[in-house]
Amino acid sequence: MTLPAGFSRRDLFMKIGIFLNGIVAVILGVPIVRYLLSPVAHERKGSYDSWVPLGSLEQFPPGQTRLATYRDPVVSPTDGETADIACWVRNVDGQTFQVFAINCAHLGCPVRWFPQSNLFLCPCHGGAYYQDGSRASGPPERGLFEYHYKIDGRKLLIKAGEMPTPGQASSIVREISPCA
Amino acid sequence: MRLIKSIGDWLDARLQLGATIRETAEHSVPRETASWFYVFGSAAFVVFMLQIVTGIMLALIYVPSAGEAWNSLQTLNHSVTLGWFIRGLHGWGSDFMVAIVLIHMVQVFLFGAYKYPRELTWIVGVFLLLMTLGMAFTGQVLRFDQDAYWGLGIGASIASRVPLMGPPIVNLMLGGPIIAGATLSRFFALHVFVIPGLLIAFVAVHLLMVVKLGINEWPMPGRVVRKATYIKEYHELTKRDGIPFVPAAVWKDLVFSAFILLSVAACAVYFGPFGPSGPPNPTIIQTAPRPDFFFLWLYAILSLLPPSMETPALLIGPVVVILGLLLLPFLFGEGEKSWRRRPVAVLTILLVAVALGTFTRLAGNAPWSPVMDAWSGIPIPAEFLHNRSALERQGALVFQVKQCHNCHSLDNQGGKRGPALDAVAVRLTQDQLIRQVIQGGGNMPAYGKNLSPAETTALVAFLETLHPAGQSPARDASRAVALQPDSATPSSGHP
Repeated sequence: MTLPAGFSRRDLFMKIGIFLNGIVAVILGVPIVRYLLSPVAHERKGSYDSWVPLGSLEQFPPGQTRLATYRDPVVSPTDGETADIACWVRNVDGQTFQVFAINCAHLGCPVRWFPQSNLFLCPCHGGAYYQDGSRASGPPERGLFEYHYKIDGRKLLIKAGEMPTPGQASSIVREISPCA
Repeated sequence: MRLIKSIGDWLDARLQLGATIRETAEHSVPRETASWFYVFGSAAFVVFMLQIVTGIMLALIYVPSAGEAWNSLQTLNHSVTLGWFIRGLHGWGSDFMVAIVLIHMVQVFLFGAYKYPRELTWIVGVFLLLMTLGMAFTGQVLRFDQDAYWGLGIGASIASRVPLMGPPIVNLMLGGPIIAGATLSRFFALHVFVIPGLLIAFVAVHLLMVVKLGINEWPMPGRVVRKATYIKEYHELTKRDGIPFVPAAVWKDLVFSAFILLSVAACAVYFGPFGPSGPPNPTIIQTAPRPDFFFLWLYAILSLLPPSMETPALLIGPVVVILGLLLLPFLFGEGEKSWRRRPVAVLTILLVAVALGTFTRLAGNAPWSPVMDAWSGIPIPAEFLHNRSALERQGALVFQVKQCHNCHSLDNQGGKRGPALDAVAVRLTQDQLIRQVIQGGGNMPAYGKNLSPAETTALVAFLETLHPAGQSPARDASRAVALQPDSATPSSGHP
């Protein structure tokens, strides 16, 4: 049998072996990568945002801003206490509402409402917001994140499920212009 | 004794490792390297071993579930015999490991040990530092308490600012759209499997290169590194003036490592374990999350940067620093090793140390954070209310009720977010005070909509009393003239 120098049956078999392992790597690699990327997979994206109830309208008197909590719409059995999320509900005039995320638009710390001075203050780096959620002062570059809401009968619902973060252009969160 | 020797001989006849181990242990090192300056690498290794052992022991009790982790830490602290001590060892071991790795790096940098032919040893070391910091951060997350929960939120907020890729990165980091059970599980996998596995592999490569290339000789001013001649010179040095690593040099490593382990244990006994703070319940918002010690400098920088600089600094800063560290041995691979001939290197270390120290110290009392309960919990000191009119005292009440005290201190009590107001009347005139209160500005919200005219008048009346005794408040000299009806000014601008 005449073969080019440096090419033998042994080399051929080794190349076949490497080729087979390459195929196996792809067969195993694709599911592994898809598994790892499942948190960003598109088919699940829709289920992140759902309408969740915040309670009856009576809990939110006109002209006041109250703390409300809701249950995360996508709960797993191991979530424990982390499945309960807080938000601020402002009843503007009895008909219109504003529901603000608890997370500061700077780095996500929980903002606190002070009804006496009509300000939200962040305990971390001192971001401050006016009662309509617009930026008042401090490091945040924008106003508080705001959830979409709807009123169903006598119940207030918001579209929630995803943690709002500054870099996000998510549809659930409406941006408030930074000017007061 | 003879039995032990015969068992040893039996094993070595099969393992064939004895000669290699003996050769490695007794390899010749330059005489001056048997120094107390050369003990930090081995100490970091020993603390890493302590972390592995205590980490495995904690994993016997710890439950990596968002619903149970906090409870299992309480069990460790209070119910399991000496569980608090193992937690203390692991937590303090973490702080010691970061500190020793940093000291080791400074020593290697100042002694020029990153130069030819040890460039790759340095680069692997840079990755070891990053992994050590990664272990410190992920470990803080596993202590799944309030600080860990909101710390994750801060991490997600930073990650989300990456252009284009931000939101997917956040979802990958959290294991979903929000901090929940999956988040803790993946940080557990990182902290317990991924990063430690990489650490062990990189430590092995790091040590292999130290043995193969030889320990860096003591730098002498004028002894310049040149690629063409260095290896020959190094071998001549170890031949001429070398000593066996074991036992001539190793005893100092042993003594220092024992001292460090004892210090970790002493801290664990005296100060106890870290936390956990409150349970990871996102509806408890009465919290002011603080990072662990080695991330305090970052906390300070995030507060002090101007808002527009923050995202670029957060995203570009780390890349520049890491690239700089990785490129260092290629840019300065030859030349002087001695710190006596490298003033820029010494100044760089001093600058970085002073900067990090200052930021860490600032973050200790966090003057940028409002004191959230000052308005209700810290009264105005009595001397500010003595001999004041009713209007001025009413103003003091407004000062408290409108949360001014949360950001402004009086007699060094209250928030430090805004300037102290003990002598504000000396700095600002009445008109300027009114303008600042109503319009805000600088870092202050505008109170115009939230104060009635009467409240503003009272508040400004109180603020005008805030000046040192014997120093008169600021006043607008033109005001008296402008208010005089028979003013002799020639202009006809106003009557």
